[in-house]
Parts: sequence; C-alpha cells; structure tokens
Amino acid sequence: MSSIYEQIGGAAAVEKAVDIFYRKMLIDDRVASYFDDVDMDRQRAKQMAFLTMVLGGPSHYAGQDMRRAHAHLVKRGLGDLHVDVVIEHLGDTLKELGANEQQIAAVAAIANSVRNDVLGR
Amino acid sequence: MPRVHCDGRDLTLSSDDNLLDALLGAGVQVASSCRAGACQQCLVKAVRGVPPASAQSGLKDAQRAQGYFLACQAKLTEDLTLSLSAARELDTPGSVVSLDALSSSVVRVLVRPGAAFEYRAGQYVTLIRSDGLARSYSLASRPDSDGGCLELHVRVFPQGRMSGWLASARALHAEVSLRGPLGECFYVPGQPAQPLLLVGTGTGLAPLWGILHDALAAGHTGPIELWHGARTAGGLYLVSELEALAARHRNFTYRRCLLEGPAGVGVELGNLDVAVLASATSFEGRRVFLCGDAQLVQQTKRKIFLKGAAMREIHADAFLASPA
Ligand SMILES: Cc1cc2nc3c(=O)[nH]c(=O)nc-3n(C[C@H](O)[C@H](O)[C@H](O)COP(=O)(O)OP(=O)(O)OC[C@H]3O[C@@H](n4cnc5c(N)ncnc54)[C@H](O)[C@@H]3O)c2cc1C
Ligand code: HEM
Repeated sequence: MSSIYEQIGGAAAVEKAVDIFYRKMLIDDRVASYFDDVDMDRQRAKQMAFLTMVLGGPSHYAGQDMRRAHAHLVKRGLGDLHVDVVIEHLGDTLKELGANEQQIAAVAAIANSVRNDVLGR
Repeated sequence: MPRVHCDGRDLTLSSDDNLLDALLGAGVQVASSCRAGACQQCLVKAVRGVPPASAQSGLKDAQRAQGYFLACQAKLTEDLTLSLSAARELDTPGSVVSLDALSSSVVRVLVRPGAAFEYRAGQYVTLIRSDGLARSYSLASRPDSDGGCLELHVRVFPQGRMSGWLASARALHAEVSLRGPLGECFYVPGQPAQPLLLVGTGTGLAPLWGILHDALAAGHTGPIELWHGARTAGGLYLVSELEALAARHRNFTYRRCLLEGPAGVGVELGNLDVAVLASATSFEGRRVFLCGDAQLVQQTKRKIFLKGAAMREIHADAFLASPA
C-alpha cells in the first residue's frame, strides 16, 4: 500500500501543506512562541522534515533525533498540550488538502508514536 | 572533542563554539564580516574530513562538493584539516571605476570586474578591500548593461568603514576583490503574468531596481508593484526615473512610503510594512521581493506569508550590519 505521502501527491503536496500548517502554528498563541526567534527559512525546512516524516515519506529520523531536536523546547515547557495542538493543526491542514478521516487518523497515529521522544520521556 | 588542523597548528575545539570564534580565540587570523552566513568572507575549505552540511547553505553545489563551508555557521562534530586561504581562488578582481551621488546619502558605485563575472540582477557581492575589510552590496545592474560594470547603491554612514571610504574620492580607481555573486533575490523568467511585489527601504532599492529592469526586459506582463520606503523624502532616490518608467509601462506601479511627512501624490505616510500589508486582502499567488532594513524585511516576510504568499515565492535580502 502506498503511504499517505504518495496518496496526497508527494513532495509537491507537502510543500503546499507546510505553508498551510506553518501559518496555523504561527497564529496560534498556544504554540507560536516556540517558533518566534528562529529563522523562517530554516524553520520551514524543519517543518518540511516534520510533515514528510508524519506522512510516511522518505525520512531518516530516529527517536533519538526527535529527543535532541526538541530538548531545548522541553526545557521551555513543551508538553502534551503542545503535541495535541500540532496534531490538531496537522489534521485541519490535511482536511484542507482533501485527505479523508482515515488518512488523518493514520497520520495522527504516527505523530503520537513519537510523542514520548519529542517530550523527552 | 573535534580537532582542527590548519596553518601548521593543531587545535581542539569545544563542540559548542562556532569554528570562527574558536579559531579567533586560538589566535588564528580569519577574515570575517557579517557573522550571519550572508557575506561569506569567512569561507574556508576542508581539505580533509567532511564539513557540516548546515554550514554550507547558500554555497554553490560545486563549492560544497569541494569542501567549502562557512566558519561562522559551523559547529564541528568531527576532525578537519582546513585551508583558510583557498577561498581567495574563488574571488574575482575588480576596480572601482566611478562614484557619483544618487542623493545626499546614497552613492552609486560602479565596479568593473577584471574577469568574466556571471550574475543575476538583484544578487549581491561581498566587496573586499585590499586591506581585507569586506561588506556586502546588492547588484542594481544587469549583466548586459552599464558596459559590463557592476552597479552598487551604497548608503553612506559617516562613521561607516566601507561606506565612508566609498563616499570619498580615495576609493576611485581602487582595486578590490569580489566574492559571489550570492543570494537568491532575482527574477526568474517564466510565469510572465504573475503579479510581482517589490518592497524595499533605503538602498534596498538597489536589487529591486535590477529585478524590475530584468522583469521588464523579459516582457513580464503581470502587474509589477514597487514600494520604496524611507524615513524622510531625502532617503528616496531615482524618483523621477521610476516615475518615468511607471508612465511608460502600464503594468508598473511605483509607490512611496515615508515615516515622516509630507504626504503627496503617490506618497503615503506611516510604516512601510503596514502600508504594504493594507494594500491587498491576500498576497496569495504573488512573487515577492523584500530588501533593505533587516528588521523590516523579517517582519514583512512573516506578515506577507501569514497573509497568503507562499514561502517559496518570497525572496528576501536583509541588509544586516556587520558587528564592530
Ligand atoms: C546581503 C546584504 C546586502 C547588502 N546590500 C547593501 C546595499 O545594496 N547597499 C547598502 O548601502 N548596504 C547594503 N548592505 C549593508 C552593507 O553590507 C554594510 O553593512 C553597510 O554599508 C555599512 O557598512 P560600513 O562599513 O559603512 O559601516 P560599519 O563600519 O560596519 O558601521 C559603522 C557605523 O555605521 C552605522 N551603521 C552601519 N550600518 C547601519 C545600519 N544598517 N543602520 C544604522 N546604522 C548603521 C552604525 O553607527 C555603525 O556603528 C547589505 C548587507 C547585506 C548583509
Ligand atoms: C508531534 C510530534 C512531533 C514531531 C514528529 C516533530 C518532528 C520534528 C522534526 C522532524 C524536526 C526537525 C529536526 C531537525 O532536523 O533538526 C522538528 C523540529 C522542531 N520542532 Fe517538532 N515535532 C513534533 C512536535 C513538536 C511540537 C509540539 C513543537 C512545539 C510546539 C515542535 C517544535 C519544533 C521546533 C521549534 C523545531 C525546530 C527546532 C530547531 O530550531 O532546531 N515540534 N520537529
């Protein structure tokens, strides 16, 4: 079976999804502060990596990488609520791009599978 | 702890330091300017070992493959042998052939490259003086214009080490080195009907001037809107030239924005980002170029993205000042 990454249109669709998703994050006060002081282009490249990963595209991250990438955010209070917000915006983004409920649930499951790594537990 | 071998010396670095600070701290002379990955003056070459990919952004593929990287952006994780002088082979010699005032605070500098120099209008070069002082300047010229000279618009700061020198007659006929061209702020032909939005403050007009002429020469048919912002009217330049272009090209609009009055025909009062943002309900589908004051560029980039422009369509050069 092909991954959702391929089903929604591969790298080109992810490119579009990143803009939509990143906009939602930047205007949401619950999470925006985590993206405040970082270079936008670099940040967007990381969002691209994030989406590719949770959509099951070609990605090379291990749990250890997720711990390292988010360790400084955990120090600043990153917790379950923030992961929930990410998953919420992820679902809304995919809905806008025409994904169905089943696909969205599958993507949320991948995101949830690294929750403990992201939160350093 | 990664070890670095260069200039016949061995250094052990802590992994928290960027390579530039570590080398300077150890008394190794490395020329540098912006310390933000823009000017590329601290470009070094790994002659043995693999440099960190994150310190190679903005480099050409061929340069990456040869092991070049930016010392100011590098946190080392493995041992390297460095050449500090190799990057000079990449530079193009040039000479300053003319200096003339565009306004009371902006000087137009023409530099003639001493060898073939391929670039796109709107990119920037790092101008290196014979004593090693280096600053980045955007290219207002197009490769086939100005008799092959590079045109720079330099804002003169009275205390400015480079701009003060360029504003004086001493700079005329001086030999310089050029590193670059650098950056991705330029017009790419294709999609001739796409609306273009060009926004700049002060000498941020330099790259926009080049991009505008490139787009017009390519027969761009979509609307082209150029906003030039300054604190006072004295900060605007090339006003009559831009007005004449707007009269000649129906798809080109020229708008000015001043922080301090007076307002007039085609001149708005207030913050440039606010005026630009208020000019449309959505920026979806536009190709955007933002140049000049670093803070304004970053802010406007974010706001325009939030108001619908695709990130891939936003090209920005923040004119970062060099730390003392
Ligand atoms: C990618 C890029 C492109 C650039 N393109 C251009 C360009 O096309 N035209 C152009 O004029 N500049 C451009 N710059 C800025 C330029 O590189 C220099 O920073 C600028 O000319 C000042 O250098 P200086 O040696 O004269 O001043 P410095 O000796 O570095 O600074 C001396 C003093 O000048 C004043 N000063 C310097 N910069 C500023 C500032 N931005 N705002 C307020 N005060 C300041 C301060 O008082 C400072 O202490 C660009 C920068 C970058 C990174
Ligand atoms: C839901 C699970 C999550 C996954 C799978 C995930 C995945 C990723 C990935 C792959 C990267 C890039 C790592 C790199 O290349 O360095 C990254 C970086 C980042 N993530 Fe997440 N992320 C998650 C949750 C979150 C949350 C909840 C936040 C904050 C609200 C967040 C904020 C960030 C930030 C700010 C960066 C960039 C860090 C830096 O500047 O280096 N992430 N994430």
